[in-house]
Amino acid sequence: MKMTGAQIFLKCLEREEVKHIFGYPGGVVLDIYDELTRTPQIQHILVRHEQAAVHAADGYARASRKVGVALVTSGPGATNTVTGIASAYMDSIPIVVFTGQVPTALIGNDAFQEVDIVGITRPCTKHNYLVKDINQLAHTIHEAFHIARSGRPGPVLVDLPKDVMQASIVPKFPESIKIKSYNPTYHANPRQVKRALDLAFTAKKPVLYTGGGIVLSDASEELTKFAEALQIPVTSTLMGLGGFPGDHPLWMGMLGMHGTYCANMAVSKADLLIAVGARFDDRVTGKLTEFAPHAKIIHVDIDPSSISKNVKVDIPIVGDCRDTLQQLNDLLSEMPARNWAEAREPWLKTVAAWEQEHPLTYTWSDTVIKPQYVIEKLWELTNGDAFITTEVGQNQMWAAQFYKFKKPRRLMTSGGLGVMGYGFPAAMGVQVAQPDAIVIDIAGDGSIQMNIQELITVVENNLPVKIAILNNTFLGMVRQWQQLFYERRYSSTPMAAPDFVKLAEAYGAVGLRATKPEEVEPVIKEALNTPKPVIMDFRVEPEECVMPMVPAGKAMHEMLLA
Amino acid sequence: MEHKTEPRHTISVWVDNLPGVLSRVTGLFSGRGFNIESLCVAETMDPEVSRITIVSTGDEAITEQIIKQLHKLINVIRVVDLSELEHVEREMALVTVKADGTSRAEVLRIADIFRCRVVDVSPTTYSLEITGNHAKIKAVLDNLKVHGILDIVRTGSLAIQRTKKE
Repeated sequence: MKMTGAQIFLKCLEREEVKHIFGYPGGVVLDIYDELTRTPQIQHILVRHEQAAVHAADGYARASRKVGVALVTSGPGATNTVTGIASAYMDSIPIVVFTGQVPTALIGNDAFQEVDIVGITRPCTKHNYLVKDINQLAHTIHEAFHIARSGRPGPVLVDLPKDVMQASIVPKFPESIKIKSYNPTYHANPRQVKRALDLAFTAKKPVLYTGGGIVLSDASEELTKFAEALQIPVTSTLMGLGGFPGDHPLWMGMLGMHGTYCANMAVSKADLLIAVGARFDDRVTGKLTEFAPHAKIIHVDIDPSSISKNVKVDIPIVGDCRDTLQQLNDLLSEMPARNWAEAREPWLKTVAAWEQEHPLTYTWSDTVIKPQYVIEKLWELTNGDAFITTEVGQNQMWAAQFYKFKKPRRLMTSGGLGVMGYGFPAAMGVQVAQPDAIVIDIAGDGSIQMNIQELITVVENNLPVKIAILNNTFLGMVRQWQQLFYERRYSSTPMAAPDFVKLAEAYGAVGLRATKPEEVEPVIKEALNTPKPVIMDFRVEPEECVMPMVPAGKAMHEMLLA
Repeated sequence: MEHKTEPRHTISVWVDNLPGVLSRVTGLFSGRGFNIESLCVAETMDPEVSRITIVSTGDEAITEQIIKQLHKLINVIRVVDLSELEHVEREMALVTVKADGTSRAEVLRIADIFRCRVVDVSPTTYSLEITGNHAKIKAVLDNLKVHGILDIVRTGSLAIQRTKKE
């Protein structure tokens, strides 16, 4: 039976078990949108800006373990997706973005709403395609999903010219996808794994440094088992939070620029660093030459290009994090048991002492709301089990420090690219994937204004997302740098914000405000009990800083503590 | 020029012969600040596969990164760092040299010594085809320079691995 390009497109999505698309229509995707009216099994969520569609697909992917899908029109529709794609690329999130394109005959003619989106997104996608022949359509779409979700996941873009959507053929759908030049290594080399374990046995001061790879490969259980078996303290990157329980005795907190004193000291003094699914980002390492100076380094990553990119590695292991940790645990179970608790006691005592010396803390105030207090209360009142998204800046760091994530896939944040405006649309995507869960976007008054137009999307679609704005009337993190490094010259960081309560009401959401510490708990409770989208406007201490802080370019042990 | 002191690497890359693939490869270099000294690309015996020869400069860590990043591209089938293997390299240059009066015989003599071919003649010029490795081309050009090079066009390096003899 003949099918049009648009029908083949939607059939492919069905075959990929896509249930939700985030998108925005336009001239060249009219045929797809028309076909959508006859495809009830796929729900389309109409966003109000294409950037939000991609962030929503990103949040959806993280919360559902599925590939997120966005669909937009050509030209500006396509260019508006670039930030979202670049963010997903940096964070290795599996999404497929479909962009409409002008008819093939017009490509290259500077046609209305034409842009070379394949060229534009080449450096920020895992791969991308322009489908010029309807005979290639089905295969290309399935290949896109395969590439997005396999190996080191990432965004794939497929550009769909209008005439290809209108043409019709008798389609052939591929049963499976094999790409001769693309074969990610999942199974780590057992010899390397054995060498790594030998090193872990002889180390006196080992540290596990884990990243987003733990979350993406669902390796949390294996990680916990391994850390417990060998009694190795664990720290993680922002992207790895929740990959190891935040209330575990071996947990040291996040490391890096705003990491805990304990985690940064442990890495600085360690004699073995076991990096699993992390990539030695500059926000983690600080001054590279002084990063983990005494440590041998084992690096597990599915992407060979991550290994020895920033630091020289002693034992590289290319493979899936879960597979590697499983192999380590299997090896351990075959060996005679040893009393690691006893062997590790001196090291764990040192670590505990660092933790006691400078725990994560802040100065309490009776009169002004401290932003950290808001996060602590959110944690307490959601039993540490909500789905948290963040914007970028101080709100993100306080969320990372004070919401002690116990489970993986509970934190969605734009870790690599650092996109202000990520959190709210991502929360929307999370809520679609987890309709019954509590989903909270921890935001700043600056970043929430970067995609605030989506309020109407959550209202319209009955997505009861909660937004907690830490409203300090500043672009807080930039202001913090100006305070610390530019003699308090607050250049363009004080910023006016709308009345968020009225704004929420104007959109048909609920607006709540807390101006005093004692109002924080009642506001959160009311928000959690409201089955609608809610904005919580917390008027917090304007000049609070995120501490500790490793100034850019300094070594990790050179932290500012308060 | 600082990068001249860094080792030269000749990398052979087999890629899908598709539009945009060359741009993925060169974009990888420009986007990460890697240097391309020369680049040659053409179809192989299999029309679906092209082979790119890239000459790049950089230390060991940079070269390792380049090769890993190349491997990461979906359309890259195979990458070989020929610098680590026995291989033959050739470049070609087409050059028009001023040749009149006394220099006319001298230019021909140089062409002969270096086994260049004369591909075009005019009363006042010769155009020569020079093939050889990077050093030889440089040597020829150094010798021709004194007579006046009027026009020049060069390929990048082509390189092929030597067959094992045992």
